[in-house]
Amino acid sequence: MYGKKVKLRLLFLALILFSVVLSIFLILQSLKDNVVYFQSPSDIKALIEVDKKKIRVGGMVKEQSITINSDEVNFIITDFKNEINVTYSGAVPNLFEEGKGVVAEGFLKDKNYLSATKILAKHDENYMPPEVKEAIGDK
Amino acid sequence: MLANQIGYYSLVLGLLFSFLLCTVSIKNFNDNNKKINLNVFTLSFLQLTFVVISFLSLILSFVNSDFSNETVFNNSHTTKPLFYKISGTWGNHEGSLLLWLLVLTLFIFLFLIKSREQPKKYRILTLLFQQLIIIGFFLFVLMTSNPFNYLFPVPNEGLGLNPILQDPALAIHPPILYLGYVGSSIIFSASLAAVTQNYVSKKWGQHIKKWVLISWIFLSIGIMLGSIWAYYELGWGGFWFWDPVENVSLMPWLTLTALLHCIMVLEKRSNLTSWVVILSITTFTLSMCGTFLVRSGILNSVHTFANDPARGIFILIFLFLLIFISLVIFFLFHKENKKNLNNFFWLSKETSILINNWFMMYFLSVVLIGTVYPIFIDVMSAEKISVGPPFYHKLIIPFLVPFLLFMALGPKLKWIKSKIEKKNSLIIFFIISVVLTFFILKNITTDLLFYTILISATLFLFFVTLKDLFIQRFENISQAIAHFGFSLFILAILFNSILSSEIITNIKVGEKYSYSKGEIFFKKIKETKGSNFNSIIGYFKITDENNKVVELNPEIRVYNQPIIITSEADIKTTLLEDKFLVMNFVKGDEYFNIRYQVKPFMIWIWISVLLISLGGLVSLFKNKNEK
Repeated sequence: MYGKKVKLRLLFLALILFSVVLSIFLILQSLKDNVVYFQSPSDIKALIEVDKKKIRVGGMVKEQSITINSDEVNFIITDFKNEINVTYSGAVPNLFEEGKGVVAEGFLKDKNYLSATKILAKHDENYMPPEVKEAIGDK
Repeated sequence: MLANQIGYYSLVLGLLFSFLLCTVSIKNFNDNNKKINLNVFTLSFLQLTFVVISFLSLILSFVNSDFSNETVFNNSHTTKPLFYKISGTWGNHEGSLLLWLLVLTLFIFLFLIKSREQPKKYRILTLLFQQLIIIGFFLFVLMTSNPFNYLFPVPNEGLGLNPILQDPALAIHPPILYLGYVGSSIIFSASLAAVTQNYVSKKWGQHIKKWVLISWIFLSIGIMLGSIWAYYELGWGGFWFWDPVENVSLMPWLTLTALLHCIMVLEKRSNLTSWVVILSITTFTLSMCGTFLVRSGILNSVHTFANDPARGIFILIFLFLLIFISLVIFFLFHKENKKNLNNFFWLSKETSILINNWFMMYFLSVVLIGTVYPIFIDVMSAEKISVGPPFYHKLIIPFLVPFLLFMALGPKLKWIKSKIEKKNSLIIFFIISVVLTFFILKNITTDLLFYTILISATLFLFFVTLKDLFIQRFENISQAIAHFGFSLFILAILFNSILSSEIITNIKVGEKYSYSKGEIFFKKIKETKGSNFNSIIGYFKITDENNKVVELNPEIRVYNQPIIITSEADIKTTLLEDKFLVMNFVKGDEYFNIRYQVKPFMIWIWISVLLISLGGLVSLFKNKNEK
């Protein structure tokens, strides 16, 4: 019927197609589970239900809000409309300061309270995470 | 002032030489002469010279702190040490593009003088395609990112270089990385030329392999340098964050690695011609995509300099133009060589290389989708998301197991048709690996099954390649070194992640902090002054569970221009482990935030990358000697 060449080609094509579909499926599947959504304090206030998924919250560190003890750092992130309390017990980045932009990644305890696992601050005076820019630009 | 003008006009001249080169070489292409016209060499050399002059004059402006130059003003400062004044040349958008141009012109010149035994038409076409890229970049530099803009009145002082870039590893990271990242352009041009001339053959494979190797070696080392820098400068203590900026350098590396392997099939069996061409085109396209993502301000990182939408649009248009041209050429000219398909057997080196390529493409799609998806979502729905390390780990780590096994077995196979020889020794190695892993891991990890499988596979590769290194045939030494390096790399990463421990706490001067395995004593702080920063050095004494004492002195630097605080970690490196301590202030309080990490086998990660690159180097020289 068909020559060996044609058969081999078809087999190759089928294999490639199959593995492409499989990998795309795998990738999209785990994207769903591992995407971290970015929200502003106002977005969180507007939530109906508090999700258990990891999120990122961005905004400014409120003036006079950082308190510190030997285990943790507490502060408030504000987008000048709403604010959220953050508690964090990890390494603080260099440019983490009051009145500066910050992104905290972690889990919501409730609508007013985030338990952070990671804090990102800007790299230098010119740079601000785009999320923060947007969150503050809303005001 | 003068240097500024010389630099600018050299650039304009360089662009003119591009057009001249194109005209001369097109004429040369059509004449009956068998050799390339000497004028082509001269012009190419002159073009390179002018780009070098332009580059040197920018360096000179930086060294002299000539603030009438806008780039210097934005990125330098009189108090900056000389070394960083020089490295500041490429530590900014305009200067780094000049470096791009330098690498582009350097590679085409080297290509011309190193490809004498290749057909004339092919060489000229390569030159033309490369000139297309070069012209694009000349226009890009001159139109949107001129490094020689004037400032008047001349400011007295510059704005300074971002202090986190003032670092030895990062000073040499861009040039090394670019040799690989931009060097892949020559593979792109050459493969398009070869397609047009229907010259994708064994001979072409042997010749282009050298260039693939050169790009690959520099790219590997360049990525490693960036990674070392991130490790000690960013203060997280990790070496890879799956940050989009890291990903865009990894993607061309993956395609280059795939290319490196399948070019062997082309070289030995003149098979897989289309695939080789596709990979060559993809590699440089991915380099350009990376440049676009980073320089347009879509991704934010230390690589993002002042944003200007015009730049993004320019690169995007240029990128699409290149993709369009290469697709047209590929579909119009490419004729596949089908005669060899008949001798195809499943158990052969070809299949194993195809499997390698399959994995590389899979890893590539994971990284690509993880990097691009957030941008896509942002554009589509204005929702901000990020894709973190768990995504990559989940998708990549399980696939490492078969990947490592194939990596151990593949090189044992012969071309065309093969049997697995010396089955016994392989089986013995496999059993040893599993048993050894089990006993090593028994007491140190909770996730026993998962890590046993992973580490067994790695150890298997480790033993097989180790044996190859010492006993086996000499002809495959480069492969054995690189694969051995890779097994060491994965071993180092795995043990590093299993055994790393970390203490984070907020501590005052004079306090002691006790934890389960020891004690950290914050003795004192001392203030000192550097040439462009003030620093606070913390003196820490750390006692571990075996009463071993280590003293670490991390530093917080407050740079004066621009005013930026950086933490300099103090790291004690031994062959077995790194002890890493970094401190930070939390403003307005007497507390310091410290992070102490014990990271086993850290140095082996770097050593193994060097070994992998050494494998490439050996292969490069072996290739030379064969001729």
